[in-house]
Amino acid sequence: MNYSSSAQFTLAARVLHWLMAAMILTMLFIGVGMVASVSERHDWLIRIHKPLGIAILILAVVRLAVRLRHPPPPLPVDLPPLQKVAALASHWLLYALMFAMPLIGWAMLSAGGYPVMLSESLRLPPIFPVSPVAFAVLRHAHAWLAVLLFLTFLAHMSAALYHGLIRRDGVLSSMTGIRLR
Amino acid sequence: MNDPLVPTPSGKPARLTGPALIGRFAVIGAVVAVTVVAFCYVGGWLAPQRLTPARLINQLQANAGVFPGYRRNHAKGVCVTGYFLSSGQAQTYSDAQVFAPGRTPVVGRFAVPAGDPYASDSSVPFRSMALRFALANGQQWRTGMNSMPVFPVTTPQAFYDLLKAQQPDPATGKPDGAKVGAFFASHPEAAAFLGWVKTAKPSASFATEGYLSLNAFVFVDANGVRHPVRWRMQPESTDAAGDAATPSGTDYLDADLTRRLAQGPLRWHLLVTLANPGDPTNDATKAWPSDRRDIDAGTLVLESTQPQESGPCRDINYDPLVLPAGIEASDDPLLPARSAAYATSYLRRTSEEAHLPGTAAALPKPETKL
Ligand code: HEM
Ligand code: HEM
Ligand code: HEM
Repeated sequence: MNYSSSAQFTLAARVLHWLMAAMILTMLFIGVGMVASVSERHDWLIRIHKPLGIAILILAVVRLAVRLRHPPPPLPVDLPPLQKVAALASHWLLYALMFAMPLIGWAMLSAGGYPVMLSESLRLPPIFPVSPVAFAVLRHAHAWLAVLLFLTFLAHMSAALYHGLIRRDGVLSSMTGIRLR
Repeated sequence: MNDPLVPTPSGKPARLTGPALIGRFAVIGAVVAVTVVAFCYVGGWLAPQRLTPARLINQLQANAGVFPGYRRNHAKGVCVTGYFLSSGQAQTYSDAQVFAPGRTPVVGRFAVPAGDPYASDSSVPFRSMALRFALANGQQWRTGMNSMPVFPVTTPQAFYDLLKAQQPDPATGKPDGAKVGAFFASHPEAAAFLGWVKTAKPSASFATEGYLSLNAFVFVDANGVRHPVRWRMQPESTDAAGDAATPSGTDYLDADLTRRLAQGPLRWHLLVTLANPGDPTNDATKAWPSDRRDIDAGTLVLESTQPQESGPCRDINYDPLVLPAGIEASDDPLLPARSAAYATSYLRRTSEEAHLPGTAAALPKPETKL
């Protein structure tokens, strides 16, 4: 194995990664922005938030399938074991949150007795029985896990840039598909 | 020296040292810092002056106190259940299923618009009615209406400023008249409300009141044509009770409602007012001229009542922006503020019901109120 692996993620994995990175980051900003607003922004942001969140859930299913069919390229052989573990753990945490965030959003609206409307007329069925206690717990979980997602994202992005700018070991380009040679 | 971007013959890029290394770490740090700052800015943490739902609710709490489990406004109330019998007449203007001829079940709530659930029924000269229509197609229509002809203010900021002006002075336990006066002096849009409230008196019954949406909405018909509207519930019970002298005592509304419902259902007509071009849809302080066309969309029939502590209305957030296809929000700036603030109030009161850590502890029994 060469120092700088030339292996890349499959095209499907790369497209999904960057598309979903943009969507998830957008969702985090929309989420904190809308709950801090009383203007008409609150209304239109929430109308983007719900369908975009469900779209992330659907793409996460596709992405997990792609990942299980096409194992990712190996990390550089000389990467310290701790960093390897951190990379692996953070990737699975990101996967878990990609599923958890939209499912909790959906479940909390169900528990609150709200109709889960994705548009003027498109409605999802409830996935949780109506319960104020469950609503409160899920609503707080939605907010705290969003913070965890944001922090994990920051660590993940820093690590990617560390690989790309400092180690220059091919990890970043395995996901961008761009090789600076 | 190697160019850092050119790999050494082994294929391994040269080790970065000194300024080059620091520079690249600085780039990474800058990217992270910019992201964090942007996130905090959008989330309002760097803008303490921004009006947020939390600040609105905090101000309501500052004025009335915190009563765990209760709504942060319109805290004193009672649940009602029944149905809406559509006449079919509003169908031309909105293709919401609730307006097709037939019945839609309703869970509602009458309330005294004060923040204190133990306030006297006479503490404010108006009442409110909130309704949740559960449409057969699974969609919902939620609305909260007040028995006043106009709202005092146009914008959420003005509402917040009004609450601030009305915050009780710790020394006297009463709002400072000078501050309230100063608020109204700088808010001429409140004139219509002030003119009305001067002669308004608390009604002896929920049943004899009419309730108005105040905010404008938009009906969308089957062809997608939009019709700006306001609506109100007009009571069929017009007996003298509504005009009679306000009863003594602090809790007469629930007893009156129970007594009336024991004799039979109570009815209101849902009157939908169509705006003329140019009628303001973004200003709840301005009534539309009285000659605007009203459609009698159907009859609200309320059959029974339950206490709010255990009834089905307790855990409903009557968010005015929970709307079915066929009804949309107008450009009224109060609507998104209501939606956002009610969500915050709902989260706080459900968190208290769930006894989540950090939430206000349950109060002792009402008798021991401060
Ligand atoms: C990747 C997916 C998602 C992310 C990253 C996300 C993120 C967020 C964030 C950051 C907040 C603000 C929390 C706070 O500070 O209180 C929020 C609130 C919210 N989210 Fe999500 N969310 C996601 C999916 C969903 C989905 C699928 C739904 C519903 C179908 C949903 C419904 C809501 C609602 C109703 C609120 C609260 C609005 C309010 O209280 O006014 N979210 N979300
Ligand atoms: C919210 C945004 C993001 C999420 C949820 C996310 C998630 C993930 C996940 C789950 C993986 C594992 C590979 C897979 O199965 O797809 C991955 C890999 C990767 N990501 Fe991200 N990512 C995000 C943003 C970013 C950003 C902004 C960058 C770059 C600056 C980046 C760079 C990379 C790189 C280089 C890899 C490959 C790591 C390896 O070779 O193992 N990601 N990302
Ligand atoms: C920006 C302005 C307003 C704010 C901040 C505000 C705030 C609140 C809050 C916090 C609640 C309690 C919600 C809950 O916990 O479920 C409430 C209830 C209510 N509000 Fe408002 N409100 C505003 C404007 C209005 C207007 C214009 C109306 C006009 C009709 C109105 C009618 C009602 C009614 C009827 C209820 C009682 C709902 C129920 O019985 O559950 N509010 N308001």
